[in-house]
Amino acid sequence: MAAVQGGLIDTEEEKDIKTEPANDGCGNNNNNNTANDGRLLNASPGSISSGGSNKPATGALEDQQTLLAVLQFLKKNNLSESVEILRREAGLSEDTEDSKGLDSSGAGSGGAAGNVDSESGDANSLLSRVSVSSSAVSASAVQAPSKAGAGEDQPDVNVVLSAYSQQGDPALYDVYYSSLKKFIESVLDCHRAELSQVFYPLFVHMYLELVYNNHENEAKAFFEKFSGDQECYYEDDLRVLSGMTKKEHMRGNETLLDFRTSKFVLRISRDSYQLLKRHLQERQNNQIWNIIQEHLYIDIFDGMPRSKSQIDAMSGSLAGEAKREANKAKVFYGLLKEPEIEVPLDDEDEEAENEEGKPKKKKPKKDSMGSKSKKQDPNAPSQNRIPLPELKDSDKLDKIMYMKEATKRIRLGPDTLPSICFYSFLNAYQGLTAVDVTDDSSLIAGGFADSTVRVWSVTPKKLRKVKSAADLSLIDKESDDVLERIMDEKTASESKILYGHSGPVYGISFSPDRNYLLSSSEDGTVRLWSLQTFTCLVGYKGHNYPVWDTQFSPYGYYFVSGGHDRVARLWATDHYQPLRMFSGHLADITCTRFHPNSNYVATGSSDRTIRLWDVLNGNCVRIFTGHKGPIHALAFSPNGKFLASGATDGRVLLWDIGHGLMIGELKGHTDTIYSLKFSRDGEILASGSMDNTVRLWDAMKAFDDLETDDFTAATGHIHLPENSQELLLGTYMSKSTPVVHLHFTRRNLLLAAGAYNP
Amino acid sequence: MAEERRQKQCSVVLPTESMKAMAESVGVGQLQEESCVALSEEVSYRIKEIAQDALKFMHHGKRRKLTTSDIDNALKLKNVEPLYGFQSQEFIPFRFASGGGRELHFYEEKEVDLSDIINTPLPRVPLDVSLKAHWLSIEGVQPAIPENPPPAPKEQQKTESTEPLKLVKPGQEEESTIQGKNQGATAADGKGKEKGLMRLKPRSTHELSVEQQLYYKEITEACVGSCEAKRAEALQSIATDPGLYQMLPRFSTFISEGVRVNVVQNNLALLIYLMRMVKALMDNPTLYLEKYLHELIPAVVTCIVSKQLCLRPDVDNHWALRDFAARLMAQSCKTFSTTTNNIQSRITKTFTKSWLDDKTQWTTRYGCIAGLSELGPDVIKTLILPRLAVEGARIKAVMEGPVVSNIDKIGADHVQSLLLKHCASVIAKTRPLPDNVEQYRTDYGYLGPMLCSHVVKARTQAALQAQQVNRTTLTITQPRPTLSVSQSGLSGSGGPRTPSIIKVPSSLTLMSPRPGTPSQPSPPATKYIVMATSAGAASTQQVITLSSSQSASPVTSTVPSATSTLQPLVKLESSAGPGLTGSRPLQKYIVVSLPSSASSSLESKSSVLPTPITSTSLEAGMKMDRSESPGASTQSPH
Repeated sequence: MAAVQGGLIDTEEEKDIKTEPANDGCGNNNNNNTANDGRLLNASPGSISSGGSNKPATGALEDQQTLLAVLQFLKKNNLSESVEILRREAGLSEDTEDSKGLDSSGAGSGGAAGNVDSESGDANSLLSRVSVSSSAVSASAVQAPSKAGAGEDQPDVNVVLSAYSQQGDPALYDVYYSSLKKFIESVLDCHRAELSQVFYPLFVHMYLELVYNNHENEAKAFFEKFSGDQECYYEDDLRVLSGMTKKEHMRGNETLLDFRTSKFVLRISRDSYQLLKRHLQERQNNQIWNIIQEHLYIDIFDGMPRSKSQIDAMSGSLAGEAKREANKAKVFYGLLKEPEIEVPLDDEDEEAENEEGKPKKKKPKKDSMGSKSKKQDPNAPSQNRIPLPELKDSDKLDKIMYMKEATKRIRLGPDTLPSICFYSFLNAYQGLTAVDVTDDSSLIAGGFADSTVRVWSVTPKKLRKVKSAADLSLIDKESDDVLERIMDEKTASESKILYGHSGPVYGISFSPDRNYLLSSSEDGTVRLWSLQTFTCLVGYKGHNYPVWDTQFSPYGYYFVSGGHDRVARLWATDHYQPLRMFSGHLADITCTRFHPNSNYVATGSSDRTIRLWDVLNGNCVRIFTGHKGPIHALAFSPNGKFLASGATDGRVLLWDIGHGLMIGELKGHTDTIYSLKFSRDGEILASGSMDNTVRLWDAMKAFDDLETDDFTAATGHIHLPENSQELLLGTYMSKSTPVVHLHFTRRNLLLAAGAYNP
Repeated sequence: MAEERRQKQCSVVLPTESMKAMAESVGVGQLQEESCVALSEEVSYRIKEIAQDALKFMHHGKRRKLTTSDIDNALKLKNVEPLYGFQSQEFIPFRFASGGGRELHFYEEKEVDLSDIINTPLPRVPLDVSLKAHWLSIEGVQPAIPENPPPAPKEQQKTESTEPLKLVKPGQEEESTIQGKNQGATAADGKGKEKGLMRLKPRSTHELSVEQQLYYKEITEACVGSCEAKRAEALQSIATDPGLYQMLPRFSTFISEGVRVNVVQNNLALLIYLMRMVKALMDNPTLYLEKYLHELIPAVVTCIVSKQLCLRPDVDNHWALRDFAARLMAQSCKTFSTTTNNIQSRITKTFTKSWLDDKTQWTTRYGCIAGLSELGPDVIKTLILPRLAVEGARIKAVMEGPVVSNIDKIGADHVQSLLLKHCASVIAKTRPLPDNVEQYRTDYGYLGPMLCSHVVKARTQAALQAQQVNRTTLTITQPRPTLSVSQSGLSGSGGPRTPSIIKVPSSLTLMSPRPGTPSQPSPPATKYIVMATSAGAASTQQVITLSSSQSASPVTSTVPSATSTLQPLVKLESSAGPGLTGSRPLQKYIVVSLPSSASSSLESKSSVLPTPITSTSLEAGMKMDRSESPGASTQSPH
C-alpha cells in the first residue's frame, strides 16, 4: 500500500495532462475535465495552473476561477469547514457541476447542432439555433448566481429565486395552463405523450412563481386544480411542493433549489416540438414560452415520437431525463487483466478448460471475454489507468484460493438454481442497518442503529486480536508460524464489537484482503477498522452530514462514500482527505458501488438517478434515469458490462453501461429493494427486499434478449419487453425478515442476511 | 381522484386551536387569531420538512416504522437540538382528551415514584444479538422447516379456493417454477393460447415426500390411538405445524372416512378423536380449509345429528360430542360462509328441517338445536324462540306423560336444559323487564317458568360479568392463553376471563366421557369446576415445571390410576354453556388437588390434575406460548 500512496496523486496529475489528447478524440469536454480536476484535486497547486491555463477565457468561467482559487486557498489551510460552507453557499457543487454539464452541452450542442445541420440541411437551422441559444442562456443564467454568490456573501438562493420575480397576472396562470392542456389533449395521439412531459415541469415552475410573488391563494388554487393531473411518480415531489405555500418557505429549501438550478430535461421529437412551439407563438403565450426557455432543457431528436410507455420508462427522476450527450462519453467497462499467478495443479483441477476459464471471475458473454485470458479486453481501461496497489504475497495466496474454489463452482442457470443460506440476526432490537460479507464468505459484519459494528466469524476459525506490543516483543520473529504466534488466543471469540461511531451505522464494507473494515454513519464520519486488532484506525471526516453508504474498491486501497451532502467522495485509506469529489446529484446519495475494474464508481441517489463517475478525472460519464423512487441498491455484473439497480419502487432496472441504455425492468418486489447481487458467473441476479423475499432472476436471458436486436443506440429509445414473469426464477419468502444483504460465495452459494423482526 | 384526495391530505395544516393550546402551555395567554394562523402554517411546514427528512432515516434504517430517533436525527440534520429523552415504546404515545368543548392530544407523562423504581427487581438483561443460519432454499426448493414461512400462505390458499381461475401469483416456488417452466415451454412452441389454458388450472402436487408420508402415518395413528399423551402431541402438531398444506387432502379424507365407519359402529371415542382433529386443523393458522369442506362438513354434521353415536345412549355422554361438533360447525360457518357457498344458510336449513320433523328422535333433535343455537343469538331469536312453546309441549309429553322409555326421557331432559341454557341468555338480552312467570308461561308454554328463572339468573350474571369485564380489562396484562389458564387454575379462584380460556373447556368436555369408563351421565354440562385445596401462588414458573414434568412421560403411566383415584375428587358441573365467543356468563375453573407437602405440591399436581387432557392442554398451551412468542424467552424465527 505504501508503494502506491505517493504514486496516486503524482501519476494522477501527469495523467490528467497526458490523457487529454485522448479525451479530445472522444469528447469535446476536455476543458471541463481539467477545470473539474483543478478544483477537485486538492493539495496540488500545480494543477491549478495547468487547469487554469487550459481554460477558455470566457468571463463566466474566469469568475468561477476566482471562486475556485479561494476554495483552493481555504483547503490548503485545512479550513475544510469554510470550504464546505463556501461551496454550499455559492451553490458551487451543484452549479459548477451544472455549468460543466451545460458547458459540455453548450459545446456539445454546438457540435450537435453542427451535426444536425449537416444532416438535415438548412431547413432546420432555425431550430438548432433555438437549442443553441437556449443553452447559452442557461449557461449564463446559472453562472450568474454563482458569480453573485462569490461576490457578496449572500445566500445563493435569493439570486436563484429572483429569476421568478417576473410578473405575469397571477389570475391568468390558470388560463395559460389550461389552454396548453387543452391544446396538448387535442393533438394527435402520437405527439400527445411526448408533449405531456411538459406538464410537470411547467406546473412546478408556475406554482413556484406564484408562491414567490406572494400569490398564496392563487398558488393553492392552482395546485389543487392541476396537481391531480401529474404522473403518479412525481407524488413525492408534489408533496414537498404542496407544503410550500409562502415565499419564506422557499428560502433554504433544497428541493426548490434543485428545481431552479438544474434545468428539467425533456426529450421531444422534432415534430412534436415544432407543434408546441407553433402553438405557443400563435397564442402569444409568453408566460409559458418564457418558462420553457429558461427552466427547461429540451433535447430534440429526429425521428418517430416516443410512445407513452417509452417515456414512462425513462422519466421519473427529479430533473427529467438525462441528456443524450451526458451518456456519450466512452466508458472502459472491460475488466483488468488478472496478474498471472502459478496455480499449483491439484488433483481437483482435472479439466484444462477450467484452468483457463479460471483467471477471471467470469465466463463472460461470448464476445468480449472469449479471448480474455491472455489478451487485453478492448473495452478495458489500460492496466495502469489508475494506480492500483501491488499484490502482496497474502493476496496472491488468496487469489490461488479463489481459483481453487472457482473450479468447484456450480454453473447456475434456470435449471440449476442456487441454494440460499439465510443468516438471521436475532435479538437485533436496536435495528440492523447494514451488512457485509467478505469475498471468501468467512466473516460477516453488521452495522446497527445503536452505533455499533459487530463482526462474526462464520467459520470455525475464531476471531482473535493481535497481542499487545509488550507481548509481541517476546515473539521469535524468525519462526515459521510467526503469524500464528502474534495472535492472542485468549481473545478468541465468535464475534467482536467495534465501538466508535456516535450514530447509526448505515454503510459497511470489508476490504478485499479482509484486514480492514469500513463503516459509515449518521455522525458524518467514515471509519476504518483493523480486523487484526479490532480497533479503529482512522476516522475520515469530510461529509458533515450522514454518510449513507461506503464501499471498498475491489482492489482495496481506495474507497468511496456518499451521503446526505449529495457529494460522493473517493478516498484512499492513507489520505485523510478525499482524492475526488463527485458532485452532481440533486439529492442524497444513497448507495455507492465500485466497478469491478475499479476505474468507475456508480452512485444511486434519492433524486432517482444513477450516475457513473470516472475515478481518473472525476467526470460524470453516465446518468441513468427511470427509477421512480430513491435508489437503494446497485450491482455491477461480474463482467463489468451491466449495472442493476433497485429502488423503493420495488423495481429492478438493468443498464447497459457501454451504450448508456436501460435494457430491462424486473417487476415483482412489493417493497424497497435493499440488496442486489449477480452470481459469480453473472447468470443469476438475486434481489433482496423489504418485502421479506429473495428473488432470483435470469440475468443471462435478460441480457441476451437485448443483445440480439440492434440497439437503437443513437436515439436511446428502448422498448422494454414485459417479461419479468419469465425472467423470475424463484421467490423465497423469509419469516418477517427483510433481506438487507446478499452475497454469492465463490462456489455460487447464495448467502442472504437480515434481522428477524418478530 | 384518489391521488387528488391524497394531495389534499398533504396540504393539511395544524388547527389554530393547537397553537393556542401550545401557547398556553408555555404561558402565552392571549394569542391573536391571525398570529395563530401564521404560526400554524409555519409550524406545519416545518413539521413536514422534518418528517420528510425523518423518512430518509427510516428508509436507511431498513424499517417500515418511523421512530422517535428518526425525528431526532432529522432535527440534528437541520441543526436543531433533538428532543432528548423522548423515547416511547409505543409508536403513537399520544393520549386523547376532551373537555370544555376542546379536544386535545397530549403526551402522557406519568409521575413516577422513585422508591418504586428502586424496589422493583432489575429487568432481565436483554439477549445479545446473535447470528443464526438456515436454508432458505436448497437448489431452488424451499425446505419446509420452522424457520421458513409455510409453503403456501393462508391468503394464497384462500385465493386459490375462492378464485381458482385467478393466476397463482408467481412466487411460491414449486408451483411457480413448474408454471414458469410450462409457460416458457409453451411460449416457445405454441405461443400464447396454451398459456391461457395453463392459467385456468393451477396445478398442485399431490405427491408426498417420504418424510411427509411417515409423518402422516404417525399423526393419524396417534390421533386415533390409545395413548392420550401421544394424541395430544399429534393434535398440537396439527394445530401449529406450518407445513401441512400438502397433506390436507389426506387428512380431510381420513376424517370423513373415519366418521362414516365409526358412526355405523357407534364408536363414540373414535368420533371424538376425529372431531378433535377437525378442530386442530381449523386452529392451524396456516391452513385454509375451504377446499375440503365438502368432506369435513358432512362428517361434522353427522356427529351433531346422528341418531345414535354410541353403544349405550343412556349411559354414554354423546351429548358432549354433539355440543362440540356443533361448535365446530358454527366456527366453520363463521370462517368460510360466503355469498357463493351459502354454508350457513344451507346448514341452518338442514337443521331446521329435521328439527321440525315430528318423527325426529330426541338425539337428533338435540343435535339440531345445539347446531342452531351455536350459530349465534340471531339464529336463536328467529328460529328457536318461536318454537319454544311447541317444543315445550313435546318435552312435557315425555316428562309428565306415561313413561315410554328411559332413553326418551333422558333425551327430552337434555333438550330441555339445552333450550333453557341457550334461550335464557338471548331472552335476557332482548326481552324487556320485568320477568313475570305468568307472562313467560303464556309466551313460551311449558318451558316458561323455568325459562323465567334462568333469565333472571342470566341477568344477574350479566351484570356481574360486566363488572368483571371491567376489571379484567384493567388488569390483564398478558393475553396469552397459557398464562391465564395457569393463573386461573393455580390461584384457585375465578381468574381473569380472557377469551382464550374458552378453548380449554371444549377439550375438557370431550375428555369427560372417557371411553371404557362408564361415567355417570353427567349433566349436559359445559362448565367444570375443578377445585384445588392446595393452591400455590400463581406463577408462570410453576406452570413451566408442571408442563415439563408432563412431557417427561409420567402422564401416560399415571393417567389410568389418576383417573380412577381422582374420580370422586373431581366434580364436573355445568350451568351455563360455553359459547364459541367470549360471551359466556359464569365460568370458573378451580383446580382441586390432593393436599400434599408444599415442596412436592407441583409433582402432586401434575399427577392429580383431573384428566390428562387438562394437563396436556396446558402443556399444549405452553408449547404454543413458546412457539408463538419467541420474544418471551429467546427470539427465534419459528
